[in-house]
Amino acid sequence: MSILVIAEHDNQTLKGSTLITIAAAVAIGGDIDVLVAGHDCTAAVEACAKVAGVSRVKVADAPHYAAQGAENLAALVVAQAAGYTHVLSPATTFGKNFMPRVAALLDVAQISDIVAVQAPDTFVRPIYAGNALATVRSEDAVKVITVRTTAFEAAAEGGPAPVETVEAAADLGLARLVRRELTKSERPELAGARIIVSGGRGLGSGENYHAQLEPLADVLGAALGASRAAVDAGYVPNDYQVGQTGKIVAPELYVAIGISGAIQHLAGMKDSKVIVAINKDPEAPIFQVADYGLVADLFQAVPELTSALR
Amino acid sequence: MRESMEFDVLIVGGGPAGLAAAIRLKQLADEKGQALSICLIEKGAEIGAHSLSGAVLDPRTLGELFPDWKERGAPVSTEVTEDRFMFLSENGSRSVPIGLLPACFQNHGNYIVRLGHLAKWLGEQAEAAGIEVYPGFAAAEILFDDSGAVKGIATGDMGLTREGEPGPHHQLGMELHAKYTLFAEGCRGHLGKQLEEHFKLRDGVDPQTYGIGIKELWEIKPEHHVRGLVVHTAGWPLDTRTYGGSFMYHLEDNLVAIGFVVGLNYANPYLSPFEEFQRYKNHPDIRRFLDGGKRLSYGARALSAGGLQSLPKTTFPGGALIGDDAGYLNASRIKGIHAAMKSGMLAAEAVVEALAAERARDELEAYPKAFRQSWLFDELYKARNFKPLMKKGLWMGSLLFGMDQMLFRGKAPWTLHNTADHTALKPASECQPIDYPKPDGVISFDRLSSVFLSNTNHEEEQPCHLQLKDPSVAIRINLEQYDSPEQRYCPAGVYEIVRDGEGGAPRLQINAQNCVHCKTCDIKDPTQNINWVVPQGGEGPIYQGM
Amino acid sequence: MKILVPVKRVVDYNVKVRVRSDGSGVDIANVKMSMNPFDEIAVEEAVRLKEAGVATEVVAVSCGLAQCQETLRAAMAIGADRGTLVESDTELQPLAVAKLLKAVCDKEQPQMVICGKQAIDDDANQTGQMLAALMNWPQATFASKVALADGVTTVTREIDGGLETLEIRLPAVVTTDLRLNEPRYATLPNIMKAKKKPLDILKPEELGVDVRPRLTTLKVTEPPQRSAGERVADVAQLVDKLKNVAKVI
Repeated sequence: MSILVIAEHDNQTLKGSTLITIAAAVAIGGDIDVLVAGHDCTAAVEACAKVAGVSRVKVADAPHYAAQGAENLAALVVAQAAGYTHVLSPATTFGKNFMPRVAALLDVAQISDIVAVQAPDTFVRPIYAGNALATVRSEDAVKVITVRTTAFEAAAEGGPAPVETVEAAADLGLARLVRRELTKSERPELAGARIIVSGGRGLGSGENYHAQLEPLADVLGAALGASRAAVDAGYVPNDYQVGQTGKIVAPELYVAIGISGAIQHLAGMKDSKVIVAINKDPEAPIFQVADYGLVADLFQAVPELTSALR
Repeated sequence: MRESMEFDVLIVGGGPAGLAAAIRLKQLADEKGQALSICLIEKGAEIGAHSLSGAVLDPRTLGELFPDWKERGAPVSTEVTEDRFMFLSENGSRSVPIGLLPACFQNHGNYIVRLGHLAKWLGEQAEAAGIEVYPGFAAAEILFDDSGAVKGIATGDMGLTREGEPGPHHQLGMELHAKYTLFAEGCRGHLGKQLEEHFKLRDGVDPQTYGIGIKELWEIKPEHHVRGLVVHTAGWPLDTRTYGGSFMYHLEDNLVAIGFVVGLNYANPYLSPFEEFQRYKNHPDIRRFLDGGKRLSYGARALSAGGLQSLPKTTFPGGALIGDDAGYLNASRIKGIHAAMKSGMLAAEAVVEALAAERARDELEAYPKAFRQSWLFDELYKARNFKPLMKKGLWMGSLLFGMDQMLFRGKAPWTLHNTADHTALKPASECQPIDYPKPDGVISFDRLSSVFLSNTNHEEEQPCHLQLKDPSVAIRINLEQYDSPEQRYCPAGVYEIVRDGEGGAPRLQINAQNCVHCKTCDIKDPTQNINWVVPQGGEGPIYQGM
Repeated sequence: MKILVPVKRVVDYNVKVRVRSDGSGVDIANVKMSMNPFDEIAVEEAVRLKEAGVATEVVAVSCGLAQCQETLRAAMAIGADRGTLVESDTELQPLAVAKLLKAVCDKEQPQMVICGKQAIDDDANQTGQMLAALMNWPQATFASKVALADGVTTVTREIDGGLETLEIRLPAVVTTDLRLNEPRYATLPNIMKAKKKPLDILKPEELGVDVRPRLTTLKVTEPPQRSAGERVADVAQLVDKLKNVAKVI
């Protein structure tokens, strides 16, 4: 077996999602080549060569890969795909954007968002927003796969792997990047945040919500969320709401403070990688899903946590 | 200005009564070569989404509506094969030999059905027949013409803010006018309630009495499943003064419908029908069916149980009440679908006759007349003393009703009377709190994880559809005198007394989004301070065959 | 300008699905179905472009069972002018749907296809991109803003960590993200009118498309229940665990 991983990077740094995708490739087994398509991307290439499990790094350096537009990237990958049994990329907005184009051009199915590898042709992927897991087998000669980035442990450092340059494909000129604005505010959007600090009715009031949670969210660079009970009680507006009727989130870290953990709330955050619960009621259902539970008065524990992290 | 549309007949509500009426109308019009425009609206997101019942169906009316219902593929396939009736005590049970039960408790020839599926199927039949069926639209307001007759309804606005102002996606409701409007909202319809008041339809009849039915659908282990088995219980966990009991019906595919009904004339404000149901499931003789199974669905609905004495006048200029909006359920047989459908068909016949005579918006007198000559009247007449006798407590009530049925075959020379449920509550100070066991998460559950399985959904940005006539009463009377019984009788966790901060003043928090549209609060609130009105169309539970 | 909007019939957003106990799939018999919410946003966007005078016609397309006609009627109630159903009883996977849509595009020659970024049943997030590739068109996925002015089409896209703005040549495929718009409530008169709008039905064979599935679902299971982790004694221990064990901060 021979696997081609398409690296996600910003020309300077290699994204962590690439390390996870390489780990998934290791789970499939076989030679792993990584394609870095970019412009002036030497730093990203060097980082890539130092990842354990990588056999070879292929570099396509051209101005029309600087922004990694889906059309040009897909054409390049298709041109490079000959001889590979698998093509992998992370299931981030980067990979989700161009990989289906690759699959369509190769006339194969794509297997989206895999969370486990069962055999080189058999994978597990969530469907129905994670409410079911499907085990699927691909009949195609080439398996085009995107990898859920919370599902595998990132590949470690290793190498170095040899680097070789490949020919860029022609610029299709179908689309042009006008600008890219990465969110700079310290307070990220709730959907897509890496860390979320969320508060419930245990906070007692809107003033307490802000006084307790904002400093903690600031030190963590976290988004702020709330349970429906806190929204209903008027502590924060409705767009803070995490849960069945609010936003469904899956951050790497979810800190639930003064939230009892009604199932409607759990439905909105249970796919978080790590859940921390701080609640004074040891019987609160939130503890049944929390990786780390702290039974404590939040009015003491939260300031203490904030200063410990500062 | 709201737009309006005209129809010959408008039907409010897509349950068995409304759909049977619509289909019967079309059948009769087709027979006579009469062109009839019929519109049916339903507040649920689809037909059947708000239908919830046990249910054991007496197929009599279905056969009258569609003699070929089997060939048409009606979802009525599990015939009752075995009837069991048990009196439960805390750890044991005594089965009553089925031969000793009055005929009304026997189910030979009946079918176990999922009412939501039956309604959905009736909806498909109606649409195929050319009836305009519109789920997702809630009738919010009754419209009257200049003469005072009902001329139709208006659907509710969509996209209002919490304060009731037009929001960015505001969409005005629409007026639907008709020559006759049939109200088929089910038990305690919020327009039906207004009609009863406006046209004084309850003058001279007993108050309606109600029960709350809470139901779950389970998939159980094949070795515990007996397709066609019907089990009813009385007794534990209710005390003998509280009317109620359970049902367990074994459907197809290892599915079991299990539920509990509590009469809403109970006295102790600490009683919680939801928790009575949850602990009932842990009775050893019940639990053994459920062990190893999985709960799939949950829901609740109030039901009318007053019978004939409580049946209001069903007609008024421009329309009629049909089904449980009037209250045709036969409480002694625990069956109402056949009665609801029959009443809808009788009303339909009266409407067709009136339209053929080019009448409009007058009183459909032929409908109650036909009812009095129907088998349905005879059936309800025989059962009329059941609910009033049950007020005397389980043992005495059962004995007396047994006499009523066995000795007099329902034709005893007395008729007993009903009283209004909301007057039955005693002050909390005169009652004992009830210590309910904690849910185990396997057989018994809490409210919120239950509501989760009802697929209930409401847009948050809209006026609260549970209105308090006087908000101060929630604390001044409900909390102080009755310890806020709405926290316990609501099966969906809508009502909570909360205190903001340590030692904060108590206030009533209304989680309207959880509401499963059962109407219990509208019925049982001791001072009738809670008024249930429709939220946006298409909201509430989305039951899948309950 | 003609806009084509593919719409998919899926289990209603509010309905919790149940995994069949034999692992053969998700039980969707007799379950409430609705239009995929992202597709509803796509229809709304197309209709807004028509109302703004940018588009002249909005055609909704669905691929699947005969019941998808209901989904097309729902699209027409929002404001699509007509509908096309490619009727098939076969399980249609994204590549097959993209090929069917390509055949419809070849016929209809739209200037733009707006579709949902993913369907909430299979969560594949593929069809729009696949269609764009098969048509050799540009794409703008996960759109939160679409602007057409002076012959230039500008789309703002939601990407991890921020936004990006693309200029694309037409014809093109745009896929919708949640924040693009909030679909209107379909009114009763519009639902009634939608019943009378034209709807034609095609078969995959007529379009010459092989719709055979490429992926076989071996089994469907419930996700493992999240279990309770550990109780920490105090804040210091919590910080230690987060830093050194979970490594999330």
